[in-house]
Amino acid sequence: MKKTLFVLFSAIILISVLFAGEKTAVPSVDQIVQKANLVAYYQGIDGKSKVAMTITDKQGRTRNRDFIILRKTIEQGGDQNYFVYFLSPADVRRMVFMVHKHTAADKEDDRWLYLPNLDLVKRIAAGDKRTSFAGSDFLYEDVSGRSLSEDKHELIDSNDAQFVIKNTPLKPETVEFSYYLVIIDRKNYMPMKMEYYDRNGKLYRIIETKKVEDISAKEGDKDVTYPTATEAIVKDLNTGSVTELKFSDIRYNLNLEDVFTERYLRRPPTEAMR
Amino acid sequence: MEIFGSCQLRKIVLFLSVLFPSVLLCAADDTNSPSAHNRFNLPVETHGFFELRSGYRTRNDKYEKDMSVMEGRLQLDLSSTTDWADFKVKGDVVGNGVTEQGEFDLREAYMFTRPSDWMDLKIGRQILTWGTGDMVFINDLFPKDWNSFFIGRDTDYLKSPSDAAKISLFSDAANLDIVYTPQFDPDRFIDGEYISYWNANLQRSAGRDAIVHTDRPDRWFRDDEIAARLYKNINNYEYALYAYHGFWKSPGGQNADNQSLFPDLNVYGASVRGEVGKGIGNAEIGYYDSADDRGGKNGYINNSEMRYLLGYTQELGVDLTGGIQYYVEQLMQYDDYKRTTQHAVRDEYRQLLTFRLTKLLMNQNLRMSMFAYFSPTDRDVYLRPDINYKFNDNLSWEAGANIFFGDYPHTFFGQFRDNTNVYTAIRYSF
Repeated sequence: MKKTLFVLFSAIILISVLFAGEKTAVPSVDQIVQKANLVAYYQGIDGKSKVAMTITDKQGRTRNRDFIILRKTIEQGGDQNYFVYFLSPADVRRMVFMVHKHTAADKEDDRWLYLPNLDLVKRIAAGDKRTSFAGSDFLYEDVSGRSLSEDKHELIDSNDAQFVIKNTPLKPETVEFSYYLVIIDRKNYMPMKMEYYDRNGKLYRIIETKKVEDISAKEGDKDVTYPTATEAIVKDLNTGSVTELKFSDIRYNLNLEDVFTERYLRRPPTEAMR
Repeated sequence: MEIFGSCQLRKIVLFLSVLFPSVLLCAADDTNSPSAHNRFNLPVETHGFFELRSGYRTRNDKYEKDMSVMEGRLQLDLSSTTDWADFKVKGDVVGNGVTEQGEFDLREAYMFTRPSDWMDLKIGRQILTWGTGDMVFINDLFPKDWNSFFIGRDTDYLKSPSDAAKISLFSDAANLDIVYTPQFDPDRFIDGEYISYWNANLQRSAGRDAIVHTDRPDRWFRDDEIAARLYKNINNYEYALYAYHGFWKSPGGQNADNQSLFPDLNVYGASVRGEVGKGIGNAEIGYYDSADDRGGKNGYINNSEMRYLLGYTQELGVDLTGGIQYYVEQLMQYDDYKRTTQHAVRDEYRQLLTFRLTKLLMNQNLRMSMFAYFSPTDRDVYLRPDINYKFNDNLSWEAGANIFFGDYPHTFFGQFRDNTNVYTAIRYSF
């Protein structure tokens, strides 16, 4: 009887400790940012999405860009290839922008542009990744992701719903922000909001995930779902400009061939065109 | 600007007759398949633009009109993609105030197909470009339209179309492009109609008073061109070898009747392009073998040349790109050239520097660019400032200039001194 009581008592203690541990255990900040990076940029071996981008300036004038984006991961959390095929507006239709993204600290991305009217494959100087992508409030770095090794990450808040990470650049002279906060959904590690602060500590730029959908895909024979941001919005508080992104026709694990070459710049793969 | 003449018509008819039986045959092949229906009801995408462009000379040129360009242009671009091939037809209808004619310029009319993993095929009228230069060409022997370039048409018009078949073969070892042009496609060279030029026979500038007449090689499958490129990307350094067999693309000699000729030309070259420091570097070299005058003894035919190019492009600031190139043309058998050519005015080494600055402003809706050619040996300069503003996704406005300076009336850019012009255009794209 004594023994049974002891076992029962121990079990209760153990369970309550475990339960308590479960409730308060917070993964390390590195685990969080790595997981969030994978969720935001590395789902599936490869992927495709149609993107409708609407840029609205302070005066309410809008411009639209439609493109199809293909992505293939070379190394989880590391190098990736991107292929962007423009559908509209008319003056950029059929243009292709291709990136071989390198995450190693000393290696610049390789970028190409194909101009169909001249049949010209242009190499673009790897430059400031924090410049506007296609005239929008999204930056090149927002499209392909900022390397984790470029910032110091601190977990400044966590609750049942989310983590808040403060990211401070290791080389502040290379960027326009002094730090940015990322709010990450605790249940699926999706970055839901990013707030950029300038050198005076003033908030000047916000990226928000407006809608997340579970996209089903195959991993071999296995059915899986990948939570995926399908609507996002960027606000530039300094200029008053807002860019909305809507993703559709999202597919993962297409088994893309190596289409990130000059051959496919000159004539894109069918997957990129419709 | 090509006029829709009988020669053009012949080419188009030939092209269509080649294209359409194959379309019908392929469709007939699997009339049983469920998609056969689609092959006849091709979904066609229609795009294009309407543009008004006008430009004037800023200096008095007694051999040309004051207006350098004056045209309304409607471009229609029809394309269709099926499971097995792409089709594209793109043509411009132009009301040309300089020639006072209505013109039709068929820019593209081709079929593209990807018959296997290792092969692409593009047949028909097409724009072709390769090589590493920025508005300087060594191994790109595809036709250029220098008139359009100098009078201030959109830069896209620097390239004029080829009627050709392009076969691309891909393998892990290397890739090979072969372009076969059954009938020689010359440049739309400076012939005096739009741009006045140095006329060596008259020993003065000339223009509409002395239109260049040529004896163009035009026999099908005999006066043909073949161009090849063998290329490979190694760690994102792009290496290429080139070969060309055909003709000087702009007149490179003359016969006893003072007709300009396109002498035989073979070109062999190589290039490399890739990351250098913070930017992109490129190097290209080409040997121009002037096959009709290898020894340089004929003063009426171009001598052979070596051509060299080094270039570098870098981002200098936010949406600001700078580029610089150094280019050399070396005339071979220079002593023979000096001895046999009546008015031997060329240097043994023509050196050329180019500079590019491009700045994007106002959410990339305003583009300001400057491209400059400067030759220290010819002592001449060609400046191409340009501003382009997009009012919205459809409507854009452009203004720019083509500015020529030169100490001598006969050098490459110096001869165009009096053609200095300013232009403006408005374009609606759809």
